Amino acid sequence: MSDCIVQKTGRATLGRAALGRAAVGRAGSGRAALGRAALGLAAGGRPASVRASACTVLILASLALLCGCERPPVDTVQDGFRGTGMDQVINPRDDAAKAGNNIVPVAIPAAPADGPLASSVYQNVQVLKDLNVAQFTRVMLAITQWVAPPDQSCNYCHGANMASDDRYTKVVARRMLQMTRHLNEDWKAHVALTGVTCYTCHRGNAVPKNVWFTSPDQSSDSGMIANNAGKNKPSNAAGLSSLPYDPYTAYLLDDKNIRVISDTALPSGDRSSIKQTDRTYALMMSMSTALGVNCDYCHNTRSMASWSTSTPKRAVAWYGIRMARDLNNNYLVPLTSTFPAHRLGVLGDVAKVNCATCHQGLFKPLYGESMAKDYPELTGGIHPAAAPAEGTPPAAPAGTPPPTASLVAAQGR
Amino acid sequence: MAEYQNIFTRVQVDAPLYPGVPLPRGNVWGRIGGGFNHLFGRFGDAQIGPFYLGTTGLLSLICGFIAFEIIGLNMFASVHWNPIQFVRQLPWLALEPPAPSNGLHIPRLQDGGWWLLAGFFLTSSVLLWWLRMYRRARALNMGTHVAWAFLAAIWLMLVLGIIRPVLMGSFGEAVPFGIFPHLDWTAAFSIRYGNLFYNPFHCLSIAFLYGSTLLFAMHGGTILAVSRLGGDRELEQIVDRGTAAERAGLFWRWTMGFNATFESIHRWAWWFAVLCPLVGGIGILLSGTVVDNWYLWAVKHHVAPMYPQVFPPQIDPATLPATYPGAPK
Repeated sequence: MSDCIVQKTGRATLGRAALGRAAVGRAGSGRAALGRAALGLAAGGRPASVRASACTVLILASLALLCGCERPPVDTVQDGFRGTGMDQVINPRDDAAKAGNNIVPVAIPAAPADGPLASSVYQNVQVLKDLNVAQFTRVMLAITQWVAPPDQSCNYCHGANMASDDRYTKVVARRMLQMTRHLNEDWKAHVALTGVTCYTCHRGNAVPKNVWFTSPDQSSDSGMIANNAGKNKPSNAAGLSSLPYDPYTAYLLDDKNIRVISDTALPSGDRSSIKQTDRTYALMMSMSTALGVNCDYCHNTRSMASWSTSTPKRAVAWYGIRMARDLNNNYLVPLTSTFPAHRLGVLGDVAKVNCATCHQGLFKPLYGESMAKDYPELTGGIHPAAAPAEGTPPAAPAGTPPPTASLVAAQGR
Repeated sequence: MAEYQNIFTRVQVDAPLYPGVPLPRGNVWGRIGGGFNHLFGRFGDAQIGPFYLGTTGLLSLICGFIAFEIIGLNMFASVHWNPIQFVRQLPWLALEPPAPSNGLHIPRLQDGGWWLLAGFFLTSSVLLWWLRMYRRARALNMGTHVAWAFLAAIWLMLVLGIIRPVLMGSFGEAVPFGIFPHLDWTAAFSIRYGNLFYNPFHCLSIAFLYGSTLLFAMHGGTILAVSRLGGDRELEQIVDRGTAAERAGLFWRWTMGFNATFESIHRWAWWFAVLCPLVGGIGILLSGTVVDNWYLWAVKHHVAPMYPQVFPPQIDPATLPATYPGAPK
């Protein structure tokens, strides 16, 4: 302070020897008489009530800061080498809620293997041609339980003429049956022998709860206003961060490069940008939410890119990304014109699948319980080109990826 | 007689308003205000002002205001001028730099031009404010330590916002102006460059950051502890060591064998504070320009410890024959 005139108020200038006792008392009772030349001291307390209310406000404000936190107890389970921080965080309350939502319905009694083929009894059977009448009826019953709204039942897909394709829902259902068989036959790298049924996604809903549409680009309607680059608003896909809100179109529909981390210590031409990293990050966050797991379920986070330190689940997830892309491009997008407008997104695009469509918050859908084993009808032969649903192209050529060590390990869990 | 009490005080020193030294002739903007505020006196000096505006101060405020408006109005527009959504979503909103494909070209306003303008005015504002701090310190015949410490922070800001993006050849590398978005940028930056925790300059920066808080706690605690003996009058104790300085020194020699002096502790604090953004900026500047993956760099130089494998060796599926359905042809 430029105007500070210091009073030397009885300062003890003691050497170390004299320190012991001489200055035990409060040195300089005029200690407060510091600072400016003319000193008037405004000392004074406040009534106790004021202090109490100030304390209350402070305590309430501190508590308010905790609002975003999860209430304990939250458990952690170590799943990597000690000291690497690879732990799964488990909230028992979340788990209890999930358990109630993931109960496998009782299987319909198995159908006898003999009897005439459904295709020889019913008209217009295009996909389930290999099933006998009993098996065919069983599948229809199951679909009614799993997918059709209870008040509409069979009528959701069928009119008076059961063979007619005049309801779009039936055309979609046919393609979905092909898709289910395709999944169980060709995507064992991801669904293993657990397989999927209609229920894995639908859970009693005509449209699965977790589907996605492409988000419109903000720049198209903003004129002079700055483009938000597909981010910078609360992103449901990416755990309510400000990361991109549509990480799906780029990776689960298009085949954009997910890998943004350089694989060399020094620069060697990898020009992946921070914005690309944002998108990859958002996709990973969506997977984390969809599976109810942390990053280190798949990665040792000290090196996200390194496969040698990753867990076996990462390869399963890698196939899962390609599986979702395959389903979206070969099964769902071709149905776009089949769906009525009210089933489409704002851009007129069809509802598509991502990890959450099946997983619904669990690392394995329905806790890994296999429904497909009770429904051999859905894992049977596949005839990709047999029934193009109103101009849909045939499915991509099928082929089973080679089983890897990691995949075997994952199945063993 | 009231006295100063630690760690809260009920004492306020009161004195007539002191307007400061006379200003040289030709000073257009002069000084503004001058008064007392009891509440401020509880935290610092009760005298508020006079505030020295000056030409650089005025220009700095104008530039800062323009940047603030560009950022804020673009954020407001992004929620379609809805005030409720503006408040609700404010932490998520941002003004985004141009797309990476833009390189170093001047983009249209909506494609990052606004970001560039805001950055220009913000930088101008900060640099003018720096100049003002420097010149005010000289005017008082002080050292210019505060200005240089401020410049260390400006260095980090400029590395993030313009120096590194220019070296990388893309404005898109820079940080968005937004609360959560700039934090997400930080996380993404670390991921992109293979984990910034293996960046030695990041390590140093953290050490200086945490070291600063440690030093601040030690220094603040020491001075408060000896203020009953006059230790709060540090200047006197520097030149004329009194019982407060002796005891404070003895305390630290007792507890850790060594003590800073009433003068040198401030050099410690200044260097720790200055080095934190200085080395941090170096660490950012080297990412992508000199080192592309800090984890692999640390492995190469035997800095990263290796842990035993607890999982079977993993193979990158992309390196296996692409026989899965939907594989790129």
